[in-house]
Amino acid sequence: MTTTDLSTQEVQAPITQMESEEAQRYYSASQFQLIWWRFRKHRLARTGALILLTMALVGLFAEFVGPYSGITRVSEAVLVAPQAPQFCNDDGCSLRPFLPGITSERNTETLRMETKIDPSVRRDIYFFVEGEEYKLLGMFKMNTHLFGVEEGSIHLLGTDSLGRDIFSRTLLATRTSLSIGIIGVIIAFVLALVIGGVAGYFGGGLDYAIQRLTEIVRVIPVIPLYMGLAAAFPKEWSSTQVYFAMTLVLALVGWPTLARRIRGKLLSLRGEDYVIAASLAGAGPSRIIGRHLLPAFMSYIIVDLVISFPFMLLSETALSFVGLGLRPPTVSWGVLLQDAQTVRAIEQAPWLFIPALFVIVAVLSFTVLGDGLRDAADPYQVSG
Amino acid sequence: MSDTLLEIKDLKVYFPIRRKNLFSGVTQYVKAVDGVSFHIEKGETLGLVGESGSGKTTVGRSILRAIEPTAGKVTFNVDGETIDLSTLLDKELRVFRKNMQLIFQDPYSSLNPRMTVRDIIAEPIVAQKLAKGDEVDERVREAAALCKLNLEFLRRFPHAFSGGQRQRIGIARALVSRPQFIVCDESVSALDVSIQAEILNLLMDLQKEFGFTFLFIAHDLSVVAHISKRVAVMYLGQLVELAPTEDLFYTPKHPYTEALMSAIPEVDPNQEMNPVNLSGEIPSPINPPSGCRFHTRCPYVQDICKTDEPKWEEIEEKHFVTCHFANTLTLKGAKMPPSVDAA
Repeated sequence: MTTTDLSTQEVQAPITQMESEEAQRYYSASQFQLIWWRFRKHRLARTGALILLTMALVGLFAEFVGPYSGITRVSEAVLVAPQAPQFCNDDGCSLRPFLPGITSERNTETLRMETKIDPSVRRDIYFFVEGEEYKLLGMFKMNTHLFGVEEGSIHLLGTDSLGRDIFSRTLLATRTSLSIGIIGVIIAFVLALVIGGVAGYFGGGLDYAIQRLTEIVRVIPVIPLYMGLAAAFPKEWSSTQVYFAMTLVLALVGWPTLARRIRGKLLSLRGEDYVIAASLAGAGPSRIIGRHLLPAFMSYIIVDLVISFPFMLLSETALSFVGLGLRPPTVSWGVLLQDAQTVRAIEQAPWLFIPALFVIVAVLSFTVLGDGLRDAADPYQVSG
Repeated sequence: MSDTLLEIKDLKVYFPIRRKNLFSGVTQYVKAVDGVSFHIEKGETLGLVGESGSGKTTVGRSILRAIEPTAGKVTFNVDGETIDLSTLLDKELRVFRKNMQLIFQDPYSSLNPRMTVRDIIAEPIVAQKLAKGDEVDERVREAAALCKLNLEFLRRFPHAFSGGQRQRIGIARALVSRPQFIVCDESVSALDVSIQAEILNLLMDLQKEFGFTFLFIAHDLSVVAHISKRVAVMYLGQLVELAPTEDLFYTPKHPYTEALMSAIPEVDPNQEMNPVNLSGEIPSPINPPSGCRFHTRCPYVQDICKTDEPKWEEIEEKHFVTCHFANTLTLKGAKMPPSVDAA
């Protein structure tokens, strides 16, 4: 009997102990709070998230942020080099940024158009100026642009050989490329969740069959598969149709890896003591899946999704680059880079490669974001 | 005589092993449990001991049908009715689960880290809709209080707790549906000694108060002696001996039990230990030895042991043994009183 009394005291001791508010908060923190707290500490991943968020917003409002539409041609500004806004010139400085004047004339010897900068002319940049009409988010008719000039034209990242503004086109391409990635990942993911989920939860013969199917899809080399699928798009398809077909192609190639991971996670979770405990508590399959299995691998799902993004982005870019993916007039990063693959571009207009920087930054951002999420996703690895 | 709560007859659990080849089907079985029969009386604690791999956990889990038994019958006497667990359909079984619960070995993996303590404890009554609304909270609080958990802790998550506290949460979860029968699967072996004593005392107090029936699976003999009224010894998927605790510890009738008893550590460091050293490893449950399963390691082995399988016999009142020579061998029991006064 004495042992019982002793044990009671021992248990009561930590209970009456005062705990700091911080500890209290930690003890009653949910999984997502713990993930968020750990993610916040990951500076690199936060930066990545910020960059991607900016890209997504800018892409979403591309027509507003960019001064021109993707197909507007400014004939007097062909292959203009990027121009940075200035605050000072020989006449002094001002708070309003401006661009120097540009004159374009044909070189009589080489017969090329050449642009010259005229520093004496000052073209002020105004914000929220009226310009070409467009539909914001495809719905609202507007003609206000974030910035613009009154005389001549403004080309922050230069123009291409047809006089189209690279800056505006890159923003539009950002939207296309990111959205293709997102839709592709989502379709691949739904496929993977259903196929991997069925295999992992039910196991047995069904699992065996699904695994062999997955292997068959996985052993097909990716590039020929892409090419075959992409070549099957009829030429007369509109760019929208090609766009959706592309997302499907990416998804159909992308699901097996994800499905494998989901299956593996489910298999290992199914044997966890707490899942057995739930079934012994009389919980049915829907409760076990909904309350125990899904929350347990939700964090892995998010990480997996983020990590498979770069793959989708690069696939789209690569396909469009070799001319099998999206076709003009749709602009994507790959389409823009396809324009850049001429000797002339390398020699005379290296700024045509600027979209490649966007691809690199986006892929890197996704990668560091995925890293940060992965580190934060399992807050129970290190038990305090 | 008290009533029988649970009757287990010729329970068998075989796990198929598949060859890696696609075209050859099931070829062999791991006979984890191979013909085990015993009963548990209402309100008693039956200890089940045996070395690793002897099938103790499988027995516990197949009684609860967490693992489907291959053959055998488990009958449950509840509220005057006799229910054959093996014939229950999935749905009926889920409803019946409120009567029996399991306390796990590992207090870390057995609690879902993504649920609050309140939700974890409430699971058995919420999943079966045994209670609604405020009644759920009331019953959770009641169970938590019984397990000496601070009610303030209910909104916390498991990561806030130590092993002993987590095990209390696991016990509270097992109690909340007011079961008749609880399987404790090595429930204290993951805890350190002082916490073990706490949890054991808690279980015994709860039993005294509510009349729970326990099947207490363990490999620590002193723990089993402390809590059990009767003890069963398992070897290679079969029971070798079952007797009231004192009889089993002081007058074992099976050579394997003798070896186990001689291995109980002495409290006195000057006391010389003379453990019966068994040679070899526990044989494979895929191809168990012919005749008596223990004959490969038995120090008293005779020719008959290698060919004839001994019967499960009651040689004294309530004392069951599986040995050809149970009545002729004189075996040594435990030297010290097996109670854990030291704890």
